[in-house]
Amino acid sequence: MPTGADTVDSRLGGGIEPAALHELFAATSDDTSATTGFAALLALRCAADKPLFWVRDDRVEREAGRVYAPGLAELGSAIHRITVITAHDTVSILRAAADIAACSAAGVVIIEPWAKAPELNLTASRRLALAAARSGVMALIVRVGAEPAPSAAQTRWRVGSAPSRAFAAGAPGLPAFDISLLRHRGGIAGFDTRVEWDCDQRTFRETSVSGGIPAVAAVGERDPRGRVRAA
Amino acid sequence: MLPSENVIRAAGYAPPETPFALVEKRRGAVCIAAADARALALGIGPGLTLADARARLPELAAIDHDPVADHALLEWLADGCDRYSPMVATDGAQGIILDITGCVHPFGDEAGLVGDAQRRFNRQGITSALALADTPDAALALAANGDGRSAVAALPVTALRVDPETHLALRRAGLKTIGDLAGRPRGPLAARFGTAMPVLLSRLLGEEDVRITPRRTPPEVQVEARFAEPVTHAEIALATLDRLMRDAATILSDRGRGGRRFEAALFRSDGHIARLGVNSGQPTRDAAIIARLFRERIDALSDPLNPGFGYDLIRLTVPVTEPLIAQQLELEGGGVTDAELAALIDRLSTRLGRGRVRRFAVGDSHIPEQTAFELPVAEPGSPSIWPQRETDEPPLRPLHLFDPPQRIDVTAEVPDGPPRRFRWRRTLHEVTHAEGPERIAAEWWKRRNGKGLTRDYYRIEDMRGRRFWVFRHGLYGVEKPMPDWYLHGLFA
Repeated sequence: MPTGADTVDSRLGGGIEPAALHELFAATSDDTSATTGFAALLALRCAADKPLFWVRDDRVEREAGRVYAPGLAELGSAIHRITVITAHDTVSILRAAADIAACSAAGVVIIEPWAKAPELNLTASRRLALAAARSGVMALIVRVGAEPAPSAAQTRWRVGSAPSRAFAAGAPGLPAFDISLLRHRGGIAGFDTRVEWDCDQRTFRETSVSGGIPAVAAVGERDPRGRVRAA
Repeated sequence: MLPSENVIRAAGYAPPETPFALVEKRRGAVCIAAADARALALGIGPGLTLADARARLPELAAIDHDPVADHALLEWLADGCDRYSPMVATDGAQGIILDITGCVHPFGDEAGLVGDAQRRFNRQGITSALALADTPDAALALAANGDGRSAVAALPVTALRVDPETHLALRRAGLKTIGDLAGRPRGPLAARFGTAMPVLLSRLLGEEDVRITPRRTPPEVQVEARFAEPVTHAEIALATLDRLMRDAATILSDRGRGGRRFEAALFRSDGHIARLGVNSGQPTRDAAIIARLFRERIDALSDPLNPGFGYDLIRLTVPVTEPLIAQQLELEGGGVTDAELAALIDRLSTRLGRGRVRRFAVGDSHIPEQTAFELPVAEPGSPSIWPQRETDEPPLRPLHLFDPPQRIDVTAEVPDGPPRRFRWRRTLHEVTHAEGPERIAAEWWKRRNGKGLTRDYYRIEDMRGRRFWVFRHGLYGVEKPMPDWYLHGLFA
């Protein structure tokens, strides 16, 4: 499924695989919103007219705030197709996610476990990946405050928020993300790119990395760009 | 049932050695609410103060009267009586009435049912008096005043539920039994003792019948399995439940209806009842789906099903049904997909709880945290209409919302502008882009004093590209000298 961002689509050979498990790691704990936002947009891009299930841990709900429907609507989501499910521990979340991933009537499941979530091991991820492949459901796991561990995911991304291209009068612009492909099950080499979301066309768009970054941003805080972590 | 049953049960089914009374506070004095047979025989009855009673009988034991616990016990007993009839009602603090019309066949005859009930009450250590009669009033009167076998006519007039003055007046008129009253013309009785009296009399005599109001609404569909020998294996109980589901599905299918709620009651032979309920989002009569929901429900129980001494009655009821016409499978699978989705949502709602599987609904307010809320998916309701976004604009509302908003420290600001630098969760954020304010007034019409602080919202972006939604709570100088800043949401 093409994402609309040229680098991503060409490197991945046509786009993101919809019937698969993908992992999205937040670059820092402050990038929670960017990472879940990116997951929601991927879901929107790959299965716009299918039901979206959003499985969240209670602790995530407390820490990162609840999902706000008007904000999702502005990104282009069909709100009436979204079901939010909360559970108080990782095992319940994984069980619910596995049930959803196995149901071919569902479109996408976004899974937000809390922090390290040791229960989400290779076996659990393989179970999800197999269910997703069989039923055609896209499974997206959003990890904040966790280190990449061996998993059966098709792709693994690191997502961080990126400075947007400002609108008139210095207004913050469209959602922008710095994404890095960390690992691909098919052996595709990792890469970094910056994409923004076009709310009207409902597509990702590549932004030139040099444009729109304030000079200060390049100085220190950000991860050194171009670094690819192999897992 | 007597008020002392709880006390006796709590003391290990043995009454205290000495005569005892249950006491309560009445107008500042400790009075006797009920006394046991030995105390009653010594002339210590309800209404006497404890001090007077102790003066007559120093060894009298006083125990606090607990009407709430008594009521709970009565309700528990009434629950247990569900095994005999769906029409069970409680009467006052001590009575249970059953309408057993058409319910006696599992016990052979009426006497068999009464005998079974008596055995169960005895096993629980409950003092009980059972009576059979044509009307609820007559049965209560017989149980309370007679030995359960004598005729209504032989009962004393005190069996009539009128005030004590009327009882006294009746006795003074030489009318001692119900039989004395029965033959008299009702007109003069009404003229002398009030209009309520003849009505009560005719109910007692069975001339007029009233229905009891059952504690539970009788369900539309009810199937049950009784066991001569209690079932002590949970698997067999579950298999029985599955069979009952198939029976219920057949009944529902015959009536062209589907169930929205299913309830299972497992009656244990020692009086405990395990009740389980599952809801389905769509009316259904698919036994496999219902069975799966019950499995989820049982798995989610905090204490697993314990058959203990064994279940002797398993009952499945369908209290809520809706019309459901026989469906033909659509060729392109549209109907199947919807059914699959509904089954998935039911399963998740049953396992995690209805409140944990939610959809979004539009709120009728312009206050950001009230414009959208979440409802259980299972809750009925039409899909909400969401406002269309404006084109050529970045998102104006955040993806995540904090409720309540989180306080932030703004270290540099201009009085009417956006923050330049702020601290949230111990991290300092330098603002590079900002847009605002978007002024959102408080709902002054809902407040008693007609006031409320205005919020000035700003969309801001920090140096590292994080986008926040912050607001200043109150107008500078006008509403507040130094307004506080809050972070309300995070953009993608």
